[in-house]
Amino acid sequence: MKRSWTDLGFDVVNLTLLTLLLLLVAYPLLFILSASISNPVAVSNGQVWLWPKEITWRGYEKILTDRSIWLGYRNTLLYTGLGTTINVVVTLLCGYALSRRDLVGRNLFMLFFVFTMFFSGGIIPLFLVVKQLGILNSVWAMVLPNAMSVINMIIARTFFSTTIPNELLEAAQLDGCSNTQFFLRIVLPLSAPLVAIMVLLYAVDHWNAYFHGLIFLTQEEKFPLQLVLRNILISNQLQADMVVDVNLISERQLLGESIKYGVIVVSSLPILLLYPFLQRYFVKGIMIGSIKS
Amino acid sequence: MHVQLSTSTVNRPTGTRSSSKRWQRILTNYELYLFLLPALIYVLVFKYWPLYGLQLAFKDFVAVEGIWGSPWVGLENFVRFFDSYNFTTILVNTLTINIGTLLFGFPAPIILALMLNEVGNSFFRRLVQTVSYAPHFVSTVALVGMMFIFLSPRSGLVNLGIKALGGEPIFFLGQADWFVPLYVLSELWQHLGWGAIIYLAALTAINPEIREAATVDGASKLQRLLAIDLPGILPTIVIMLILRIGNLMEVGFEKVFLMQNPMNIAAAEVINTYVYKVGLLQAQFGFATAVGLFNALLNFAFLIFANYLSKRYSESSLW
Repeated sequence: MKRSWTDLGFDVVNLTLLTLLLLLVAYPLLFILSASISNPVAVSNGQVWLWPKEITWRGYEKILTDRSIWLGYRNTLLYTGLGTTINVVVTLLCGYALSRRDLVGRNLFMLFFVFTMFFSGGIIPLFLVVKQLGILNSVWAMVLPNAMSVINMIIARTFFSTTIPNELLEAAQLDGCSNTQFFLRIVLPLSAPLVAIMVLLYAVDHWNAYFHGLIFLTQEEKFPLQLVLRNILISNQLQADMVVDVNLISERQLLGESIKYGVIVVSSLPILLLYPFLQRYFVKGIMIGSIKS
Repeated sequence: MHVQLSTSTVNRPTGTRSSSKRWQRILTNYELYLFLLPALIYVLVFKYWPLYGLQLAFKDFVAVEGIWGSPWVGLENFVRFFDSYNFTTILVNTLTINIGTLLFGFPAPIILALMLNEVGNSFFRRLVQTVSYAPHFVSTVALVGMMFIFLSPRSGLVNLGIKALGGEPIFFLGQADWFVPLYVLSELWQHLGWGAIIYLAALTAINPEIREAATVDGASKLQRLLAIDLPGILPTIVIMLILRIGNLMEVGFEKVFLMQNPMNIAAAEVINTYVYKVGLLQAQFGFATAVGLFNALLNFAFLIFANYLSKRYSESSLW
């Protein structure tokens, strides 16, 4: 009897804390969403605290007619699409090769990769390499310097070595199947969860990255969405061209606030929408990938 | 005698045969080396080639001379950094921000995973997981933008709350004292749920029979948690801790840089942001490389130290 009472107490405390956490995490996101479609006057007076008040789409109208945001969107789509493709191909190939126990020099290769996780030349030498390659201010500067993450490669390697049975390889080899055929026809179809996580992890990184854009790009028409976002949210550079048709300064400021809420939503939405679809894969995939490593 | 002789005569041929066998294995698996090639080229170009540029740390970079041709200056760049008036501030800021994040950000996901593991209702559990992962997908820029919005002294919700309670509004992002707490709290908000995944995975690997046996023996939930679950995921915790410490000096540039402004800079300048400003904005390549190298070496020292400690006091280590 006593035991169940302490357990009950534990459950009550546990569930209360988790509910509190749930609210704390969800609230800021909900607020931004509500504020983005509310009348900015109501937002700045503190009348909006959960549900939208006096719904208006003016902020979104301004955002969706702004050229720099569309350009940013287009660039980010390009960097994310191309970058993720390169990432996934390089990572899967490398992870698979290193998962093979019959690969001579496997440990040496591993060491070669893992070392880069813990020691790097820093941004200046990297910048000089990118400059010397002549890819500053190009798409390649956005996708090649991070063509593979060693951690993700290790997750892939662990996934392959734990889910692809050795007997399968032996059987295929008896049938005269080459390594490439085996990888493409047997390994890949068995690795859907892994591919899904890799796509998700890399795509999120590309979508949200601004640092490489900041150091490798100087031409504004090549800026990824996050740099455009930074200018609007943090450097406050929007008012000039976006609200040029609004006369009153105070109204301009308020509309500016609306736009800020809106761009957060517009820039985060694609990824947040993508993630529930991939979620069932990635929890499984990360589990398999991480348990052994 | 006879046996020994025969083994020694057999040994020699196997030696040469195994090396030719080795070549055969390499040849039959040549495709696997082609698989490795893109990754190897990538790492060579973007990870190892920059290491060659590290010599700039000991040079005075002259653009027309290139990296190799620039004159050596010995440790001058390092000495200049150590002697500069903001060296201590920058080092202390870097350590405070990172150790603060480690101190709160590291145990929190472990606690969350242990708590979630005790939730019987699978709908609620999934709900908490799904919601708490979401902020991980919000970009750093959007996150800092949200901080500006919520903490604005004029219209931010936090300050509206403070005013409603009769307090004076606080300009959080304009005060150096608030920088580290804000950094750590936002870090928690964003990565707490996501960080718990790996521990939840480790928890599923614990044999359920052990828990059942403990329940039969009369252990309470809390006792089970502390005596079975926590020790069960300890190896994972140790490995994660070493990895985390091994990147202690590297993390955070993006957020720190965005949160910085002239008013809070006293607490907000860290080594990496300093390297960016001195190196890329002021083009002092040699000096900035030296500062970056100092950071990388410090980071590496932390990693080796953490691995050493873990080897000594627990069974898990990276090597």
